[in-house]
Amino acid sequence: MGTRDCQHICGESSPAVGEAGKTGEWRDSFPVIDQEKCLPVRQNKPSCFLCWLYCPDAVISRTIPIKINMEYCKGCGICAQVCPAHAITMVHEEEFCPNGTD
Amino acid sequence: MIFVSKKIAKKASGWILDGNHAAAQGIKLSRVQVIAAYPITPQSPVTETLSEFVERGELDAEYIAVESEHSALAVCTSASIVGARTFTATSAHGLAYMHEMLHWAAGSRLPVVLVCVNRAMGAPWNVLNDQQDSISQRDTGWIQIYTRNNQEIIDSIIQAYKIAESVYVPVMVCYDGYVLSHTEMPVDVPAQKDVDRFLPPYRPHTILDPANPKNYNLVTLANPRVNAEGVLCHGYMELRYLLQEALQNSRETIIRVGQEFGELFGRSYANMFWENRLDDADVVIVAMGSLAMEAIVAADMLREAGHKVGVLGLRVFRPFPKADVIKALKKSRLVVVFDKNISYGLEGATCSEIKSALYGSSVSAVVRNFIVGLGGRDVKARELVDAVNKSLLSVKEGDLNKEYPEWICDI
Repeated sequence: MGTRDCQHICGESSPAVGEAGKTGEWRDSFPVIDQEKCLPVRQNKPSCFLCWLYCPDAVISRTIPIKINMEYCKGCGICAQVCPAHAITMVHEEEFCPNGTD
Repeated sequence: MIFVSKKIAKKASGWILDGNHAAAQGIKLSRVQVIAAYPITPQSPVTETLSEFVERGELDAEYIAVESEHSALAVCTSASIVGARTFTATSAHGLAYMHEMLHWAAGSRLPVVLVCVNRAMGAPWNVLNDQQDSISQRDTGWIQIYTRNNQEIIDSIIQAYKIAESVYVPVMVCYDGYVLSHTEMPVDVPAQKDVDRFLPPYRPHTILDPANPKNYNLVTLANPRVNAEGVLCHGYMELRYLLQEALQNSRETIIRVGQEFGELFGRSYANMFWENRLDDADVVIVAMGSLAMEAIVAADMLREAGHKVGVLGLRVFRPFPKADVIKALKKSRLVVVFDKNISYGLEGATCSEIKSALYGSSVSAVVRNFIVGLGGRDVKARELVDAVNKSLLSVKEGDLNKEYPEWICDI
């Protein structure tokens, strides 16, 4: 099985979720959320959501609690940087799962 | 061949044109839709003439004035990707400035046609002819066609669109600055209706449609990737393989298009190079562009002196016709290659290609290389004759291999 089946002759794609592959595989750091610090959770009303606003991959949901789609989160850490409550910490994958397991 | 002659276009008319105006006529007849070019000596009259055609309404095209050659080719690739037939022309430093976009056009497989009016590269400044500019771009993935006279310029441009749009590879049509660009000669200008018959409208492989959005030339990493529909798509290397494959296979299209052109217009281009008396020749002169015409005069003089000399005038430099060259040089014992270019530190580019073609073949001819005509230095037939005689003599004396080329200059 080669790649000719795609029938492209130049770099080509259609905009769609997952078109660039599972970009979560690129990640080496992992966002860990402390829900007790997260403002929308604490206030139990839609507020803040700066992480949702700033996420360049649009993988953070505007929900209570927020959810991060780890299939596509590249681990850039912008959410941790912008969070005013310091509710998000970036953790290295190997620290989180030291045996290389999920 | 009555069948063929019946099909030949009759309305063609004889004009006296210099190379640049012949090129402009070829572009107009090809019904180009977008032109973006920046003037540079000796190409300027091409762009000036085309802008006049557009201004007067004789050519229904968008003429986009740009601030540089890089932008000119960026405009052409962008227009081509949305389905327009595009054209640009340049020379020397302008072509060098386009270098990056040459790769983009070929990598995107866009059938842009570019005219390169061959001019020497600085330093030092020089506006006159040699082929260093286009030879320096040989590895950008473009088909390169060289022409010997103004008739071939107009004919090659019309064919270039058909070739490019068949194999989705951009084509560079090259002709010598001043020697052809500013020299008038009789040219048969085909009738528009016959060109329309020969050249169908462009069918792009890239479709931009809001209802079916596409990304082109996205970041394509080393390995193939599975797209959102689950189809395994090419990685960078697979796409580059396809470009090489397209050029390897383009020979057949180039010959077929040249033959179809001949059937319709009476001038056949069903070849990768022009052959002049190669049948019995044991000495062959190889040259490219207008120099191939001068070589015929030199061969005539050498024939008069009793040597069996023929001329191989390279027409298509990329794809390089290796197999055809081996076949054509089968009987030769001496091949003298004249180059109006040099790969510094080695030799002339066409000489390298000829040697590479012959490696491992049954042809064991001695190959001599002369660098000539750089920066517009006049090349006389007499000088070509002297070079061939000198080569014959040195081969006779047992000097079979020369490490570096000889130069015809006064140093």
